[in-house]
Amino acid sequence: MNPRRKQRLLAVSGILVLLSGGVGAMLYALNENVDLFYTPSQLIEGLGEDKKKPVVGQRLRIGGMVVKGSVRRDEHSLKVSFDLVDTGPIVTVHYDGILPDLFREGQGIVAQGTLLDASTIQATEVLAKHDENYMPPEVAEAVKGIKHVAPKHTYPAGTP
Amino acid sequence: MIAEVGHLALCFALALSLILALFPLYGSYKGAAGPVLLARPAALLLFLLTAVSFAALCYAFWINDFTVAYVANNSNSLLPWYYRLTAVWGSHEGSMLLWVLMLSGWTAAVALLSNSLPLILQGRILGVLGFVNVGFYAFVLLMSNPFERTLPFFPVDGRDLNPLLQDFGMIIHPPLLYMGYVGFAVSFAFAIAALLGGRFDANWARWARPWTLAAWLFLTLGIMLGSWWAYYELGWGGWWFWDPVENASLMPWLVGTALIHSLAVTEKRGTFKSWTVLLAIAAFSLSLLGAFLVRSGVLVSVHAFATDPSRGLFLLAFLLVVVGGSLLLYGLRMHAVRSQARYQLFSREVLLWGNNVFLLTATLVVFLGTLYPLFHKELGLGSISIGEPFFNSIFQYLAIPFALLLGLAPWVRWKQQQLQPLLKPLSLWLVAALVLALGVLSMYQTPAANVALLGLLLGAWVTMATIGEIQQKAAQLGGVPGLFKLQASHWGMVLGHLGFAMLVVGIAMTKTFSVEKDVRMKIGDSVELNGYTFLLSEVYALNGPNYGGQAAELEVFQHGEKVTHLHAEKRFYPVTRAVMTEAAVHARLSRDLYVALGEELSGPSWALRVYVKPYVRWIWLGAILMALGGLVSLSDKRYRRKAKTEIGEQGAQAHA
Repeated sequence: MNPRRKQRLLAVSGILVLLSGGVGAMLYALNENVDLFYTPSQLIEGLGEDKKKPVVGQRLRIGGMVVKGSVRRDEHSLKVSFDLVDTGPIVTVHYDGILPDLFREGQGIVAQGTLLDASTIQATEVLAKHDENYMPPEVAEAVKGIKHVAPKHTYPAGTP
Repeated sequence: MIAEVGHLALCFALALSLILALFPLYGSYKGAAGPVLLARPAALLLFLLTAVSFAALCYAFWINDFTVAYVANNSNSLLPWYYRLTAVWGSHEGSMLLWVLMLSGWTAAVALLSNSLPLILQGRILGVLGFVNVGFYAFVLLMSNPFERTLPFFPVDGRDLNPLLQDFGMIIHPPLLYMGYVGFAVSFAFAIAALLGGRFDANWARWARPWTLAAWLFLTLGIMLGSWWAYYELGWGGWWFWDPVENASLMPWLVGTALIHSLAVTEKRGTFKSWTVLLAIAAFSLSLLGAFLVRSGVLVSVHAFATDPSRGLFLLAFLLVVVGGSLLLYGLRMHAVRSQARYQLFSREVLLWGNNVFLLTATLVVFLGTLYPLFHKELGLGSISIGEPFFNSIFQYLAIPFALLLGLAPWVRWKQQQLQPLLKPLSLWLVAALVLALGVLSMYQTPAANVALLGLLLGAWVTMATIGEIQQKAAQLGGVPGLFKLQASHWGMVLGHLGFAMLVVGIAMTKTFSVEKDVRMKIGDSVELNGYTFLLSEVYALNGPNYGGQAAELEVFQHGEKVTHLHAEKRFYPVTRAVMTEAAVHARLSRDLYVALGEELSGPSWALRVYVKPYVRWIWLGAILMALGGLVSLSDKRYRRKAKTEIGEQGAQAHA
């Protein structure tokens, strides 16, 4: 092999090693940063065919409709909690901060946070789409077909 | 009536774009001048017709013609006239019309400014552009006609423009962004035309460069405006969310940046040819991919358009035709192209190659992060989202080698460079960069290893290396007056690189030193943040033309002295029943004070979002500086020089 070829071979193989290292690191980082999406019933009953439940402390996203009358606010801070529902069980979300403009009872929201216990989530971010009829698509999918059935869990009007 | 005129003009435009796609290509294939000469008037008429159509839609908005469905859905008689006009591109159909207006505009510009090109190449370029035009005009007419009527039962008043879009940023953000997206169609056309002809020489690169630069600079400004708009209009105080729609615009930008660098090598050294062509194809394909992602509804995003699967299918098919067709052509023609130039391992060619590798890696990261959730869902593995930390950490790692190379590359000669002569001056400037970075950081805190230090180091290195390179050039050219001999494109590079340094510093400083606080305040309460005291003095009801709501007045003090007065609003738009946050921002070069009014709580008290964001302006100023660099490069005389002898020679060859 002449020196030029040798040099090129070295350069190319060096770059290949770097590149594959980079791609590997990237895929690892990607897997570290995946947040699974749950609806309240998936959170309680488990996700997918093998009914995998999230573990406490796991980062996740949850999307559902805010249960009417479930929004409870702290009197002196911005702490707030509310319940989410899709087709069955309810999940409670705690949040400390400003709720988005379109956060309303009875409407769909998505919250990003960590699991505190089996049915409670500490949210770091609450999202509501800038569209009045917005329902997270995942929730719409879960609710599809039983749209006209009244949800199991509603609070009587007037309860805090 | 006027709406029908607009519709008709669009139909004629589609027919004309078909002519533009077929005749010039046929002419250049046969070597006949006649059909090729048709291209220029066809392109100009195409633009004219589209302008008529666009004007018709503007007129419908102007006179509140709610018999047009698109107007009824996106406007309201209470909307001020300037927002009525910008509502034209406020939703899917109208924005597609703006898109084809831009596309025909670029086509017409190419037709007008390509006098110096060989006729045969003109025909090919305009033919390819004609083909792209056909795709988009067909899409507008078949899938998203903005002139559809609501007759006979038309509404009395419109459903109003999305309040988010009733803003100055919205007036200029989409046109600039689309100019960029669509502009890459011209680079694409140059690449395909060269593939058809099988000729890639320095001339070809010199013709393609200004067009690519122009598209890139529009895209830069468009993205920057989008970021700025999101910052003050969405009320979260963030400037980049790694939202799929943002990512869709970042991908063509990254590839476009790689393309302008690779074109430089092709022009100056006659190498990297096949690579450049591939990048040009990729940049335009990613623009198309962006259009597909935004308009098909496959991705959930805060600002995706209203969704329709058939539209997505059309765009996907078009994307596949463009990518598939051009890659096929590439495979068939590219083997004949040889790069003659030789270069050593340590040379500017290799460093620019490194630039391309890092930019493409970044593109790949964005691509994966954006599309991975889509594949994950389609494979039945459940819905996921990719967190911001993924993008942030990888971009952070990529920025280090990228910025190091960026500072170094302008010092290194083409072909080959001995390391020895560079060591002394470079290490001096490196020390200067270290001192500068640590000095700035120590004004904020004791220097510690964090993102701010990293950003400052990289920014200072790029700045110092760039200044050092200019100083070296001055020494070679005989003092400061010699600098006037430098080409405009060199100054463009300097500005672009300084802009990048500014951007990096801005991002790092904002990330590290921003203080954000959500607080609950009564009237008369104050909150302290980073040495600033925010006092809530008044909250009162608002009365706008098409909105109501509340406004809060705040006084800001620092060291007991009044800094400024802030006015934050929370608007309620009754027609769309939407709530909007109008943040109050007090901007200085070194920091932004940012207050957004949240909801009213019991008490009465209010939720307020109070931020102090150091150096956040630098992010947008850096982007503006980069775009300015593009503009200065564009003004380089050599792009306007007519290469007379070469035309004759090329024309003769092509006809042979």
